Amino acid sequence: MLLRLLGVAGGAFAFGFALVPLYDVLCDITGIGNSKDLLRPTSITAVNTPSADPDRRVMVEFVAELPTVGSWEFSPVVYEMAVQPGKLYEVDYVARNLTGRDTVAQAIPNIAPGKATAFFRKTECFCFTPQHFAQNEERVMPVRFVVDPALPSHIDRVTLSYTFYDNSTRVAAIED
Amino acid sequence: MANTSTVDHHDDHHAPTGLKRWLYATNHKDIGTLYLIFACTMFFLGGAMALVIRAELFQPGLQFVDPQFFNSMTTMHALLMIFGAVMPAWTGLANWMIPMQVGAPDMALPRLNNFSFWLLPFAFTLLLLTLFIPGGAPAGGWTLYPPLSLQAGDSFPLTIFAIHLMGISSILGAINVVVTIMNMRAPGMGLLNMPLFCWTWLITAYLLIAVMPVLAGAVTMLLTDHFFGTAFFTAAGGGDPVMFQHIFWFFGHPEVYILILPAFGVVSEIIPTFSRKPLFGYESMVYASASIAFLSFIVWAHHMFTVGMPLAGQLFFMLSTMLIAVPTGVKVFNWCATMWKGSISFETPMLFALAFLFLFTIGGFSGLMLAIVPADFQYHDSYFVVAHFHYVLVPGAVFAIMAGVYYWLPKWSGRMYSEKLGKLHFWLSTIGVNILFFPQHFLGLAGMPRRIPDYSTQFADWNMVSSIGAFVFGFSQLLFVYVIWQAVRSGEKAPARPWEGATGLDWELPTPAPYHSWDPPPTREVVAKGVAQQH
Repeated sequence: MLLRLLGVAGGAFAFGFALVPLYDVLCDITGIGNSKDLLRPTSITAVNTPSADPDRRVMVEFVAELPTVGSWEFSPVVYEMAVQPGKLYEVDYVARNLTGRDTVAQAIPNIAPGKATAFFRKTECFCFTPQHFAQNEERVMPVRFVVDPALPSHIDRVTLSYTFYDNSTRVAAIED
Repeated sequence: MANTSTVDHHDDHHAPTGLKRWLYATNHKDIGTLYLIFACTMFFLGGAMALVIRAELFQPGLQFVDPQFFNSMTTMHALLMIFGAVMPAWTGLANWMIPMQVGAPDMALPRLNNFSFWLLPFAFTLLLLTLFIPGGAPAGGWTLYPPLSLQAGDSFPLTIFAIHLMGISSILGAINVVVTIMNMRAPGMGLLNMPLFCWTWLITAYLLIAVMPVLAGAVTMLLTDHFFGTAFFTAAGGGDPVMFQHIFWFFGHPEVYILILPAFGVVSEIIPTFSRKPLFGYESMVYASASIAFLSFIVWAHHMFTVGMPLAGQLFFMLSTMLIAVPTGVKVFNWCATMWKGSISFETPMLFALAFLFLFTIGGFSGLMLAIVPADFQYHDSYFVVAHFHYVLVPGAVFAIMAGVYYWLPKWSGRMYSEKLGKLHFWLSTIGVNILFFPQHFLGLAGMPRRIPDYSTQFADWNMVSSIGAFVFGFSQLLFVYVIWQAVRSGEKAPARPWEGATGLDWELPTPAPYHSWDPPPTREVVAKGVAQQH
């Protein structure tokens, strides 16, 4: 009985870790907070279909965030634009390394509302790879995207947000 | 009293004295006493921290402590009260009462019992040490949400390891309870004959075994995120901080029932005794407790409506949360029905049980308000939430613990406490606790956020009232200790059945209860008598 109950406790401990993949599965189903998909490029041909409604425009807002204050400058060049679904656009973000050393940063995207995530396709993005920055370096980084014409019609405004993490230790570990 | 004469000579077999009696304790009563004394100590330490909080909030502005230390106080107060005071107090009561109630000589696994108690002083030494290290104690809230908790200083690993030790301690304690109840019941004591305290503890024990390891998993993930470069919750590496909240509350919601279910058991013993009637709806009480335990696993996300979740999720968690009101309502109804046409007397344990009934129900109702998704967006992280969970935990769980201690103290010690002082303690506590927490409902509804050391001046009046209540409530608990100390030292000798309506195997033992409770086991007649009186 004691051993069985200890087994149950061990199982519950393992279950705590099993919640991690389960959580990702649930996010896939519901389409919220799906940063893993946002970190993968989609091909242009897959999304370059003409929109059924050529007059439809969707406002896309661009947001830049930093997890800590003072060691980076990070902002979009334009803050919002009206885009036609199905058409390819390019916008730029500017980052400047103020950490006082050479370092690596990683941008993590997020899209609001959550339902729009699956319809916001990026063909190229500075968030796909770690960005190496020399001391004091300033760089313009592009992102190319298409809003899928299948975007539900009640959504007329999509916010693309990047959080720019200084990630030198973590990336060094992964690249080795 | 068939066994009175045969019991006593078992006492002196192997009872080490002095310090060894406690360090090497394997006797369920000694360990129960250790748990209760430990819980009481933590209750006063956590209470002192609460008084620091209330002193700072007595007036707007920063008077006594800096904001960082204030946040440490809220965090440590919660950790101490939940894991150090309420949970060990329940385990202490379980140690004392379960063998006596099921007709066993002791707990099933005495050395495991010793181990699970002695883990606790080490766990809390680690935790309290953080107060004295550079950077101070953890200040990110007891829920340890990342990314804030990952930014903590040197206190971080100490806190995590303290939580691991507490977790192991309560899992082992819970296993001991399950094994004792499953294997050590006297002949004739069927599962559905057990007193309700055993039942609610059995259910609590299963909850503990199921969810404490999940908390251990969550804090282990925090630890590896902090030190070993994993990215469970670190967004920079592709993790998700919201996932921590899901895992934490998957533990956290059953945890609140771990704190309150044994209270249901104690109250279900006390109300019938002082109403001089058997408990109304015994089986429905058992099934209601089990339903509450089951539901507790599927409502966790009501703690995090505001972090973002699909509409279907919000509806599911709102409705499942409200469903809990049904079995809880069954319980409240049964307690009222037990008193109905009873011959009620109002000794101290009954007073505490009645206060529990009223005030816990108030906490339940504010919980229902919080369950409503659109309303929760207004209440979330406000003082309304603070008022809610303190109503269910202080006049809920803590009052039930005190009721249990007053109720069983004569059986434990063989001496009566002073009824006059007990009643004084009750009235000071009940008036104090309401002055303390009721105004916090108003503050929360008016928009005062929780976990802040300073506030805008329109909140000043009710904060002052609340702080006055806190000091009345806090200092009146010293009286509780005095009443017990006086009873044990020089109380009047208690009869074997000090309460006229007390039934069950625990009251068939002589007073004070012998060192090895039921050795030899109770005869079938004694068991049948105890069971018959309870139903």
